[in-house]
Amino acid sequence: MSVLNSRVGRRIGAIAAAGALLVSAGCGGATVNGAGGSTPAAAGSSAASSGGSSGGSSAAGSAAASGSAPAACGSFNLAMNDWVSYTADAAVVSYVATNSLGCKVNQKALKEQIAWQGFPTGQIDVILENWGHDDLFKKYITDEKVAVDAGLTGNVGQIGWFVPPWLAAKYPDITDYNNLNKYADMFKTSESGDKGQLLDGDASFVSNDQALVKNLNLNYKVVNGGSETALIQSFRSAEKNKTPMIGYFYSPQWFLSEVKLVKVALPPYTKGCDAVPAKVACDYPEDKLNKIVSAKFANSGSPAAALVKKFNWTNDDQNLVAKYITADKMTPAAAAKKWVDANKAKVDAWLAK
Amino acid sequence: MATGLVERPAAPPIGPPGGPPRRALSVGTLILLGTLAVWLLGRVVFANRFTLPLAQADLSPLHTNLNGFNDWVDANRNTNPLFLYFFNEIRQVVDATGTFFTHLISKTDVGLGIPQIGWLGTLILLTWVAFWLANGKMAVLTAVVFFFIGLQGLWPDAMDTLALVISAVLFALLVGIPLGIWAGTSDRFNKIVTPILDFMQILPSFAYLAPLALVFLIGPAAAIICTIIFAAPPAIRITAHGIRQVPATTREAVDSLGVGRGQRLRGVLLPMAKRTIVIGINQTIMAALSMVTIASLIGAPGLGLTVNQALQTLDVGTAFNGGLAIVLIAITLDRVSTAASLRAEIAARAGGHSRNVRWIVIGVGFVITVVAVLLSRTYLWAAQFPRATLPDVGTPISDAATSASDWLTTNLAGFTSGLKNGFTSAILNPFESLLTGTPFFIRGLVLVVLGAHPPPPPPPAGVVACLAIMVYLGVWQDAMSTLAATIVATIVVTMLGIVFGVWMGRSKTTDRILRPILDAGQTMPAFVYLVPFLALFGATRFTAIIAAVVYAAPASIKIIADGISQVSTNTVEAATSAGSTSWQLITKVQLPMSAKALALAVNQGLIYVLSMVVIGALVGAGGLGYDVVAGLSQRDLFGKGLAAGLTLVVMGIILDRITQAAARRSLGDSISPMIARKQQTPLG
Repeated sequence: MSVLNSRVGRRIGAIAAAGALLVSAGCGGATVNGAGGSTPAAAGSSAASSGGSSGGSSAAGSAAASGSAPAACGSFNLAMNDWVSYTADAAVVSYVATNSLGCKVNQKALKEQIAWQGFPTGQIDVILENWGHDDLFKKYITDEKVAVDAGLTGNVGQIGWFVPPWLAAKYPDITDYNNLNKYADMFKTSESGDKGQLLDGDASFVSNDQALVKNLNLNYKVVNGGSETALIQSFRSAEKNKTPMIGYFYSPQWFLSEVKLVKVALPPYTKGCDAVPAKVACDYPEDKLNKIVSAKFANSGSPAAALVKKFNWTNDDQNLVAKYITADKMTPAAAAKKWVDANKAKVDAWLAK
Repeated sequence: MATGLVERPAAPPIGPPGGPPRRALSVGTLILLGTLAVWLLGRVVFANRFTLPLAQADLSPLHTNLNGFNDWVDANRNTNPLFLYFFNEIRQVVDATGTFFTHLISKTDVGLGIPQIGWLGTLILLTWVAFWLANGKMAVLTAVVFFFIGLQGLWPDAMDTLALVISAVLFALLVGIPLGIWAGTSDRFNKIVTPILDFMQILPSFAYLAPLALVFLIGPAAAIICTIIFAAPPAIRITAHGIRQVPATTREAVDSLGVGRGQRLRGVLLPMAKRTIVIGINQTIMAALSMVTIASLIGAPGLGLTVNQALQTLDVGTAFNGGLAIVLIAITLDRVSTAASLRAEIAARAGGHSRNVRWIVIGVGFVITVVAVLLSRTYLWAAQFPRATLPDVGTPISDAATSASDWLTTNLAGFTSGLKNGFTSAILNPFESLLTGTPFFIRGLVLVVLGAHPPPPPPPAGVVACLAIMVYLGVWQDAMSTLAATIVATIVVTMLGIVFGVWMGRSKTTDRILRPILDAGQTMPAFVYLVPFLALFGATRFTAIIAAVVYAAPASIKIIADGISQVSTNTVEAATSAGSTSWQLITKVQLPMSAKALALAVNQGLIYVLSMVVIGALVGAGGLGYDVVAGLSQRDLFGKGLAAGLTLVVMGIILDRITQAAARRSLGDSISPMIARKQQTPLG
């Protein structure tokens, strides 16, 4: 019995010790964080205690440098959708907002639809590159008025059907949809049966391909690759192994700087030709990509809101930053710095009053 | 088909375990063959009619109604009492907990964002905890693994992940263990909770990510709750199982002493079930870790995000580096918690002397930990992992992974496409056409007969009800194409399970070598290895099947290996001395004696394969998984995606009960569904 008691005693002692540890972590002594300068009193006390270490003093130094910017901006929540050209936009805007305006940017990695859900609750202030999404536009902007269109990014999106370059070089007439049936046999795969395979991508992409295949009387079957990864890897293998492939793709996209896919001409787009989804028999329209911000943020008078509204650049600009990130393996922040340093004039125009 | 139904009640109920198995088998075989004949006939006669097709973008009225959910939440968030007094309260508590752990070990919002306890303090603290809960060996493992993760350049991400996992596990246990105790002591509650747990584990998380972020907003709460939904069921099931396996004689003995219910629980049931409950905690931790890539889709930072971002640019190397850190954390937590569950027994046997030494070490360790924590709060080198001064192992790892992946895709492409085409046209296509081309009522009948013969459970009425729900949900044909791939994958998984399981069960060395690889297969985020597979096999159903096999085979192999190694050494020695060859020993002694493990392995293989349906859809599988993913990404398809998710759950439940019934049939006794799920940690 006494043995048992002593064991229990030790166990309780250990728990108390763990508690003491947490307390010491929570309120004991100075913190390195104090050096950041957000709480002046803490900064003073920690400077005294960590002044002896070089690490501590350099931390204080770098924080002071960024703290010198005007503090009027505050913070805003930026959605980080999961594709590279979006990352390029977000990196540049975050870099400029942080370093020129002194804002704090909270980047939140989210799927597109979930990012829109953040507008009514104030958890998302900015979506930097929006591809269409008429349904969400109607719900959040037209009906609920919790978000507003903050203008174009200057990037133009183009969806279409593409083939790898070796195929276009070998069969030059393959880039006209009228000739696709002639080559259908070549595109047969284990997934498409006796028809040619047209590979589609991520389920979130806008696609008229089922209707197009039917209405243009093409002997093809749309196969869902299911993700951008599947699409890119398939095109990469097709070019490397010289295997035939045709699929859905889009620009701007970082992969196009690795493999220059060739677009297949579909019947030209005319306004309204894609009005009825089941009857579409024309190419995809050009998507003029835009920015969406929450209504509250747009009316806040924050300099960051003005920056987002004025932010505008070309496909070449975006592709360059995307290349820094993908091919050159730079961090988004470093890629943004490199581009901003080389394009002062453009950045100044975004910041102009 | 009529014969099947008419004959069923007349079929002789299977005898007790000692009954005449040959005769039961022959009747069963007849019925199965008859069913199969009706099925094939139906396929030919009705050729592709009544197959309930629904085009990709088409919706049934049910799907449209489900779409209204989003608007309802937006309209009621600040007024409806359900939100004001329930969801919002939960969110605040969970948010606060998540933020607390993030601030403690990962990052704070002020200044440089340095956490309350820097890397050195956290590392020593984790090591100390590992020693306290387990032993010295585990403490060394913990220290080495976490230091290695620092060298990989992933310390901050790993801490974000750890903060998420700790918060989620804390809540999962807080809710799960009491519920598990309840389910262990009350048959009625157990009956109610089992299908709910099935639901939580099989419903693909993609189907509820968007609604969760809608109800609990974007932030730590949604990510943690989505992890809890998946991680709590093992804790509940295994706790209940632990309580239930306390021998009836013990219970009766205690009851005869006239103690109260509370006293019986605290004094007898809980202590006796303690070790099993720790296994439940272990499984909950594993399940929580397997959700990190999913949680990163709704804003959770950490290793999952690192992996996902690397995959945006198809950077296999960086993704592998992140995935490796997840695997290492999983293995560490698994080994430490397993050792902790064993320690209780070992400690009881050890003498007083070694116990005293142990407590001295813990005390000294505590002092060192306090010093390390204080250091990490004072000096920057102890607060932020000093990546610049220490060697970087992350870059070599990712470079090696990239070149390995490049080598594979360059040198094997010719061989693999032949393999894929042969497999697809010879096996997968005919089977899928049999399933999707048969009228829904015949297909349903086959399931009813399979599930119902011989009675009792599962009751045919239950299967019929489930099938009716599947038809109502309106994605029948997608369900059938998913079913075809699922069955093919499960067969492959079972074959691998037998081959490697027997090998591992018979040789300790093989076990030691293979086990970490199996752990990696279960915890490595799927896309890390799927990129090279995509290069080899294209975006096809075949690639999806491989993904499922990589994930599901480890569970199957482990279960069979455990079964084989538990066959008593006396029996094996007796058989060997009687002159059995190795082959005879395996086929005549070891496999038959681990029949229970085999049946369990099939059941688990199936459930694991089902949990990969969504991942499969991301690499070309189509079917239900594609509907679910589309539902997450397109507002119009939300309802259809949810319906597809529910269909998957119903299908999973039917298949689970059928395989359990089959197991019971072949064994003559019941396999508890709790054991059946003991080792489950699907990826979602």
